[in-house]
Amino acid sequence: MGKGNISAYKGIWIFGEQRGGVVQEVVYELLGEAGRLAQKRPNEISVVLIGGEGLQKAAQELIAYGAEKVYLVEDSRLAEFNSDPYADIMTELIDQYKPEIVLTGATTIGRTLIPRVAIRVYSGLTADCTSLDIDTEKGLLLQTRPAFGGNIMATIICPDFRPQMATVRHKVMKPAVKDASRKGQIIKITPKAIRLRTEILKVVHEMQNQVNLGDADIIVSGGRGIGAAENFKLIHDLASALGGAAVGASRATVDAGWIPHYHQVGQTGKTVCPKLYVACGISGQIQHLAGMQGSEVIVAINKDPDAPVFDIATYGVVGDLFEVIPQMIKELKNK
Amino acid sequence: MIDYNLTEEQQMIKELARKITLEKIIPVRAELDEKEEFPTEILKVMAQSDLMGLYIPQEYGGYGGGVFDFCLATEEFSKGCIGVSVSFAANALGSGPILMYGSEEQKKKYLPDIASGKKWAAFGLTEPNAGSDAGGVQTTAVLKGNEYVLNGTKQWITNGGEADVYTIVAMTDKAKGSRGASIFIVEKGTPGFTFGKKEKKMGIRCSATRELIFENCKIPKENILGKEGMGFIITMKNLDKSRPGIAAQGVGLAQGATDYAVQYARERVQFGKPIISLQAIQFMLADMATMTEASRALLYSVARTIDSGLKDFSKESAMAKLLATDTAMHVTTDAVQVLGGYGYMREYPVEKMMRDAKILQIYEGTNQIQRSVIGHQLIKEAASKKA
Amino acid sequence: MNIIVCIKQVPDTNEVKIDRETNTLIRKGVPSIINPFDENAIEAALQLKEQYGGKVTVVSMGPPQVETALKDAIALGVDEVVLVTDRVFAGADTWATSYTLSKAIDKLGAFDLIICGKQAIDGDTAQVGPGIAEFLKLPIVTYVRKVVEQKDGSLIMEKEFEDGYEVMKTPLPAVITVTKEINVPRLPSLKGKMKAKTIQVPTWSAADIGADPESAGLKGSPTKVMKIFNPPVRTDREKLEGEAVLIATTLVARLKERKVI
Repeated sequence: MGKGNISAYKGIWIFGEQRGGVVQEVVYELLGEAGRLAQKRPNEISVVLIGGEGLQKAAQELIAYGAEKVYLVEDSRLAEFNSDPYADIMTELIDQYKPEIVLTGATTIGRTLIPRVAIRVYSGLTADCTSLDIDTEKGLLLQTRPAFGGNIMATIICPDFRPQMATVRHKVMKPAVKDASRKGQIIKITPKAIRLRTEILKVVHEMQNQVNLGDADIIVSGGRGIGAAENFKLIHDLASALGGAAVGASRATVDAGWIPHYHQVGQTGKTVCPKLYVACGISGQIQHLAGMQGSEVIVAINKDPDAPVFDIATYGVVGDLFEVIPQMIKELKNK
Repeated sequence: MIDYNLTEEQQMIKELARKITLEKIIPVRAELDEKEEFPTEILKVMAQSDLMGLYIPQEYGGYGGGVFDFCLATEEFSKGCIGVSVSFAANALGSGPILMYGSEEQKKKYLPDIASGKKWAAFGLTEPNAGSDAGGVQTTAVLKGNEYVLNGTKQWITNGGEADVYTIVAMTDKAKGSRGASIFIVEKGTPGFTFGKKEKKMGIRCSATRELIFENCKIPKENILGKEGMGFIITMKNLDKSRPGIAAQGVGLAQGATDYAVQYARERVQFGKPIISLQAIQFMLADMATMTEASRALLYSVARTIDSGLKDFSKESAMAKLLATDTAMHVTTDAVQVLGGYGYMREYPVEKMMRDAKILQIYEGTNQIQRSVIGHQLIKEAASKKA
Repeated sequence: MNIIVCIKQVPDTNEVKIDRETNTLIRKGVPSIINPFDENAIEAALQLKEQYGGKVTVVSMGPPQVETALKDAIALGVDEVVLVTDRVFAGADTWATSYTLSKAIDKLGAFDLIICGKQAIDGDTAQVGPGIAEFLKLPIVTYVRKVVEQKDGSLIMEKEFEDGYEVMKTPLPAVITVTKEINVPRLPSLKGKMKAKTIQVPTWSAADIGADPESAGLKGSPTKVMKIFNPPVRTDREKLEGEAVLIATTLVARLKERKVI
């Protein structure tokens, strides 16, 4: 493992994260990306799917989305993610099959599991890549990611160790396209041992009526400029008018107690990547921008023409949000 | 910047208090004022940072600092909000009598909890008929067997209702006039001790100001501080010692207002340039800054003098209080003026500063009383020179 | 409970300088702070100590100036600190950092719990916590938002997920990484600041902790920074001003053109 005969490592692997038996969307995005990378440097694409029983169908779906092989590990004790057995199994498989590249979603699970695997196999891991590419000359995976709150971009390589590992956030890459006629192989794996140290005592789902910020296509966020907790109603109204968008918030509003913390977007909150991000009364501090500058289209509404948020806004509205937002809602309802 | 030669420890106290002001006081001051909400959480943070016990000797769990250390902290907090800083300072006023005249048992019983922030204190002197005329106190304390029975009403007591430990001035012997008062420690929850409504005030709205009502309130006779008849002596000494704290409030408030006005004047553009480039504004700011610095310099000198052991400092502490509080009123009013229309709006902090400032000229001895104290001292000093 | 907290001193993200030769960060001269999530970690440790007794030791790997961060930790009330510093550690990626910290922890002796912040705000990788757990062969729970209790040699806690949380139980010793939601970090105390003023922060070199120079620092790092560049500036920008009604109509039309709504 790690350093050694690099040329022995072949193939692009994807960790097929599943929760409750459902393969997560980020996996399909990674399949899409793997497909694009394989065009530059031919590589067999495989998915490692670990979970409880009954994952055959999910494995088939993965093949339809581009997996040439699916390493399937089914055991009732593995239904819920547990970092010990999952790390053991991934390490075992990597040691045995020697993939050149391993891609994982930068989710709560991914970010817990893969660093452990990277240590065990003694190889490099780059987190939260915003783009991947192949240096065809050197045969290296080029892993680009933001650092220092997005102030700079860094391209990372792992020249002397294998596999080259990277995590990618949900909604950053484009998903693969389904083709039911694709053929692939499902390889059933029985793990050597299933070691369980940490126990899950209870699973609680919150945010029933909320749209998960990480999944949202459109986010409307409120900042200090909205003035008071009650004014988040305006933000919610705009979000509804935009077709059920998610509501985000700046740190200032969360610290002031105007809105619960799980709405916070930013360096110490959530990083989001929607198609449309509407920043209302947000000045655009570095720490906030770090969480949303990957958005495709950014609209900023702020009274202050010098607000830093206007440096990255696709559409910068210099005006009073208390006037502009109601007009926007009216306009959206008209059409 | 004038170098006041702070020691390293004093620098630490100032930095710590500044951090609390920036992170905990300023973000919520408008809300606390609006809701008239007592700054419980902030006082807890002060306690956790060891600042509540600044003036309490180490043997009782405090830092063992002097008047100057206490004023440094109070000044910093006051740059944020004097409603918060008075809640902090009233603790010292309430526990001062115990510190100065308490028996060993009394000190051991109450001071550690006050130093750690577990309990807060308040001083009960003022009554409906006894404001500037402190001698007009009508609350009585009658010795009955092993207990004193208290009857009467105190008015406008800062931290009233929130504090756990109260030092109360009551008449034990009306016939003796000013030598007939005594001070007692009364704990919240003692049967017969209740609170009146919370007062609605012009400013320092987050500070809790309440009536204290004593109806046949029985306390152990051990709760008397010192001896019967010492009441007014203790009161005078207590007020002398806490006046610098009020001066510190004035200096901090004036500084906060001046700093805000300067910043505003740099940003506000009228007639094509920032208004700070106009002499009219510059002159106002210059006066504000100068008066504030003078108040600070006087306060620091007085505080250091008291710490160095001067026995009688009524005149000095009265001067510090007088100057700093008149300055604060003047400076905050001018700060509103500099901000113009915006200064009048609640969205900006200076109107609150102006509303808050007024009380500084009134409590802990009105500034008229302060002048009276100074005047009497001048007479005394002149008379003793002749002889 | 004997608790170890790993902290990182990070640059204030508003000012960034890079050494072009090694493509690593120049830390000298840039204002520094304790990584915010590590402040939560320190607070969590202090609260556990207040509840169960024991000791809190804070360790950090970095250049000599990290001493100030450790002194700040003393001012908060931790019992001991140690700075792991050596030229050999410079330029470490998360693998080499995890290796080095785990060697330092080995030297610290027996412990019940290691607490790390969820991620550092300069690197944002969140990899060192799990990395340390792996080197020390300990169980790990990440994204802990609440410690429920310590009971019979296990720790029960709530772990955040994207859509809720799970109640987890793990045997001690273990590693946990904590989120901001777990607590509000306390401010330093006067007594703490005075202790910090006089204390000598012990420093350990690579030799002291028995770290193999081949596995530490830039040398031991499997990942290398190939290049650093400024993020692309958004040139596709339009300012809208004027009447709210007109702004609204223009904006909605634009968004529809782009097919985002």
